[in-house]
Amino acid sequence: MNTTRLIIVAVGGQGNLLASSILGEAALLSNIPVRMSEIHGMAQRGGVVESAMLFGDGASTVISDGEADVLVGFEPSETLRALKKCNKDTVVVTNLAPLPPFTVAIGRGVYPDLAKLQELIRAKTKKLIAVDALELAKQAGSTLAVNMVLLGATMQTGKIPVSPENVKEAIRTKVKKAFVDINLTAFELGFAAALAERS
Amino acid sequence: MHKLLAGQSGRKMFLLGNEAIARGAVEAGLAVGAAYPGTPSSEISNNLFEMSRESDLYFEFSVNEKVSMEVAAAAASSGLRSMTMMKHVGLNVAADPLLTLAYVGVKGGMVVVSADDPQMFSSQNEQDNRYYGKLAGIPVLEPSSVEEAKDMVRYAFELSEQVGEPVLFRTTTRINHSTGVVTLGDVQPVKTRGEFVKEPSRWVPLPVNARNLHVRLLKNLEEAKNISETSPYNFTEGSGAWGIICNGVSYNYVRDGVADLGIEGRVKILRIGFSHPLPEKMIQSFLAGCERVLVVEEGEPFMEEAVKVFAQEAGLTLPIKGKAPGLLSRLYEFDPAMVRQAVATFFGVSHAPVRPMDLSDVPEIPQRPPNLCAGCSHRASFYIVKKAAEGMDAIYPNDIGCYTLGILPPLSMADYLLCMGSSLGAGCGFSKATDKKIISFIGDSTFFHSGLPGLVNAIFNNHNMTLVILDNGTTAMTGLQPNPGVDMSRLNLSGYGHVSIEDAVRGVGAPFVTTIQPLKVAKSIEAVKEALQFKGVSVVISREICSLYAKALKLDTKRVFRISAKCIGHRNCIDELGCPAFFLKDGKAQIDPGLCTGCAVCAQICPENAIIPVKD
Repeated sequence: MNTTRLIIVAVGGQGNLLASSILGEAALLSNIPVRMSEIHGMAQRGGVVESAMLFGDGASTVISDGEADVLVGFEPSETLRALKKCNKDTVVVTNLAPLPPFTVAIGRGVYPDLAKLQELIRAKTKKLIAVDALELAKQAGSTLAVNMVLLGATMQTGKIPVSPENVKEAIRTKVKKAFVDINLTAFELGFAAALAERS
Repeated sequence: MHKLLAGQSGRKMFLLGNEAIARGAVEAGLAVGAAYPGTPSSEISNNLFEMSRESDLYFEFSVNEKVSMEVAAAAASSGLRSMTMMKHVGLNVAADPLLTLAYVGVKGGMVVVSADDPQMFSSQNEQDNRYYGKLAGIPVLEPSSVEEAKDMVRYAFELSEQVGEPVLFRTTTRINHSTGVVTLGDVQPVKTRGEFVKEPSRWVPLPVNARNLHVRLLKNLEEAKNISETSPYNFTEGSGAWGIICNGVSYNYVRDGVADLGIEGRVKILRIGFSHPLPEKMIQSFLAGCERVLVVEEGEPFMEEAVKVFAQEAGLTLPIKGKAPGLLSRLYEFDPAMVRQAVATFFGVSHAPVRPMDLSDVPEIPQRPPNLCAGCSHRASFYIVKKAAEGMDAIYPNDIGCYTLGILPPLSMADYLLCMGSSLGAGCGFSKATDKKIISFIGDSTFFHSGLPGLVNAIFNNHNMTLVILDNGTTAMTGLQPNPGVDMSRLNLSGYGHVSIEDAVRGVGAPFVTTIQPLKVAKSIEAVKEALQFKGVSVVISREICSLYAKALKLDTKRVFRISAKCIGHRNCIDELGCPAFFLKDGKAQIDPGLCTGCAVCAQICPENAIIPVKD
């Protein structure tokens, strides 16, 4: 089967490693070959975390610049930074809630304008699905569920060769019991929001 | 039960490379594990440590890699299966025992995992540790995938017993930190008690014995070479007159690249997994069937140079290339596109590479460097030392740990660094080479790892320097592992000793020792000033628990601070501390209550006393 290449970028603490491991478990449940590699540049100390996931045939666990089929950014400026991984056929999913880097927070850097950021990504790629994952996570019951909102939005792209049912099953097994319901709600909210964005 | 112990044979699991390696060792009946943590190897030791509490496995976090190598060596000389694992630069520390261990050999299987870090994602260099296998004269195995890593580490124990030598299991970050589907195998029972048979001519390498032992080593190496010649880990696939020799993750990029270029029918691939000793005859017969050969390996031309020698020995003159301008580099890690391009170029295959996206109209995106955590005690310590040393012309040798991030402004407290413990030795050197005040920083775990000899040296040679030991009660950088100064009762673990840093420092005769609590800023500045005035070696122990560790142990206070109306905008808090809990809103400093840990350091330096606790 064809290879699908997915890059997820996030800021340490946003839970993208849980999101990617859930997607991996879901692929295992779906009998889809899956490989992944992660680079966490001192994630707990505010650095960037990048997961590369490859579904289908092939052996590599790394995605070269320009070769991602799907890019998911948990933080808008990190989505923009990762644009070099994309090409004109890439589908991009981004959170719209910024986590400004410290330099910006203390007035020593300028955060990219959000409208301009979306315009740039839209112009250079096939499709942009932008959601306020923080707001939807709050609706689901926890600001920590941003990762599940974005996982839901990612599944709505239709690009990931795994069924949403298997992703939900993986959420039930991988997430601590007390948080399963919130996480599933967050997933559904992200899935629905991305559908609205798509159409 | 630990997930790696609970998994039944035949079950498929989505495992991290390091989890797969730990599981492979457990399947092989690992009896004794010992390690000093270091990225990208740490998850192997963390998992073994956890599993040791609920199985027959003995695992210890040793004080450094040299000691862990010796612990594992003695276990293996007693007939037990043992393993030590470390990051690549850790093997420099453990090289001394390893090179003579190769002479005396082992009885039980012993595996040394070296986790190399091409690209230096979290390391100070990208040295290629395959050369240690060659230098020591021991077998080297290199997996290409997570799945293979588990089975290969299991085989490494058998190979070690067959040859009587430790086996170097060499991985790279993209194996350690990749995740793949792994099929679990049977777990062999652990042989927990060893027997050490005294045989001084074998185990004590006096020169007279060592001369015989070197003969023994070369014999074993010859046997290893014979095994390598027929090893299933060295295999050929595909057919054609173009040849590619590759190893590790490069094999994946080669396979994908050959498929992408549509040249499957024209290329033969020789994958080397048993990379020392290299299978000379196998390589020569591969070369004999090729018109030209490309060697694809990250790092140094370890195989390429050997392959060229083998070709010369066999009288073969075909073009063999690897590291060359326009082909492959010795720098950094490879990726699929890079390898695809090199294959296309070398064999003259037409290929339209993916054109990089035009990003010229994308505005500059502010960088997001890692930073010391909000409430990190190291920030307070650096601030205190900086204030105490105001007006002094000082050099700040720093060391390896989170506190290396003290290099960032506004603290800017790292001037020189080589390796674990270098702040001490380099401090000694700077004190003689310059007229500057020398103030060295080292963390608690790094101090035990390799700081102590440097301190003894400073005292004996009477160097004029101040050592600041940043004691945050854990090994924070690599994920909160214990070290000899850690209070193990906090982790509900019994049966451990405890080494007091004060006792150690006083015990070796440091003439001036003071302990500060860095969250008490003014008092600490006075204590450090006194230490800096001392002529000779003065030691400041700055003790405050790591804020991440405090959170993990639920010891954090949860009291947070806010900026009150008294703030008139000096911004000392932002300009001098750089705590990530701060942000500006409408030009005024604010504190993010979600990040503030209540350390109150900012409150103590605010000239207006405008930073106050949030009332419940």
